[in-house]
Amino acid sequence: MIELNPLIIFIAAIFTNNMIFSNFLGMCSYIAVSKEIPTSLGLGQAVTFVLACTSIINYFIYYYILVPLNLEFLRFIIFIISIAAFVQLLEMILERYIPNLYYALGIFLPLITVNCAILGVSLFMIIRNYTFFQSFAFSVGSGLGWTLAIVALAGIRQKIKINSVPKGLQGPGIALITTGLMALAFIGFSGIVQIQ
Amino acid sequence: MAKYKAKKILRDGIWDDNPVFRQLIGLCSALAVTNLCMNSFIMGMGLTFVTGLSSFTISLIRQFTPKHIRMMVQVLIIAVYVIIVDIFLRAYMPELSKALGPYVGLIITNCIIMGRAEAYAQNNPPIPSLIDGIANGLGYTLVLLSIAVVREILAFGSIFGIKILGEGFVPWTIMIMPPSAFFLLAIIIWVTHNIQDKKSEVAK
Repeated sequence: MIELNPLIIFIAAIFTNNMIFSNFLGMCSYIAVSKEIPTSLGLGQAVTFVLACTSIINYFIYYYILVPLNLEFLRFIIFIISIAAFVQLLEMILERYIPNLYYALGIFLPLITVNCAILGVSLFMIIRNYTFFQSFAFSVGSGLGWTLAIVALAGIRQKIKINSVPKGLQGPGIALITTGLMALAFIGFSGIVQIQ
Repeated sequence: MAKYKAKKILRDGIWDDNPVFRQLIGLCSALAVTNLCMNSFIMGMGLTFVTGLSSFTISLIRQFTPKHIRMMVQVLIIAVYVIIVDIFLRAYMPELSKALGPYVGLIITNCIIMGRAEAYAQNNPPIPSLIDGIANGLGYTLVLLSIAVVREILAFGSIFGIKILGEGFVPWTIMIMPPSAFFLLAIIIWVTHNIQDKKSEVAK
């Protein structure tokens, strides 16, 4: 396998292999929370931060604890526990030391535990055999890509609100069509870099 | 009476309260695996298995679980069943398991399972919970398959890998690519909402 430069992975994770548009991860909160730009930006930041931290933690847990003990098949349980524990811990630390940030991000933190993107990135990192720096670049890039997608969709949805939409399509239906068009637009980036 | 109730639960899960197009949960994996019918079928079966059994288990131990750690317990129970599915797939269908990639593991974070556990299994006896889980899993499979059938016919001219359109058929490249899944799901939502709205208007 050719050793990919972390920077390439970073760019690819934002544009060509965007979490939403090519991997469909984190769709639930993507559709549910993308009604206002500020809220979606807040959620995006929280997701990016948690993604970056949990992927590092999971990387070390997997390669230094699970692999030597031959317990790779337990990775789903271990990853989900470490993500849940990390989010819980983060919530407590933020509440104690940076209350401002806690009130800004607070409501999003519990949502993040069940965001498929977080677990998805950890699993992709194992399946694609990334090195440490590659995993880090991949997770930060994915987080930013996710933020980009949700903020863009929120912007478009705010505009759609003042237009008339067929009755059955209102709400999630039109959001999905919009996402489909955005995904088509993002295919335009696919010439830049390509990872798997 | 009991039979009638089971029927109602099944109907709710598959159509009236379908997790994908009514409640809009569990979308992540729903879109990702719909490029081939076989993938979606296996994914749907896996999810049905996990939802049914985890609802059953959660309901069995619901009286003994302390309220404030129930989320953790639920996640662990779900993860156990997902691991079973994953190991089974890797042992008996290694190629499919590779094609599904991380999405089998992502069943854990599929909101349908947690949603059913919270909304139903937590307050109901084991057998109805089992039926409820299976019904929701089937509803999910149904949506997956209907997207996958369209995508596979238009993209490869086949269903479940069997060629049905002749040699002269020109494949639609867009159907292989992700955007088509968004469009098709939106169309399904549109159609079903229209049908269900009409029905509720008539009922009034």
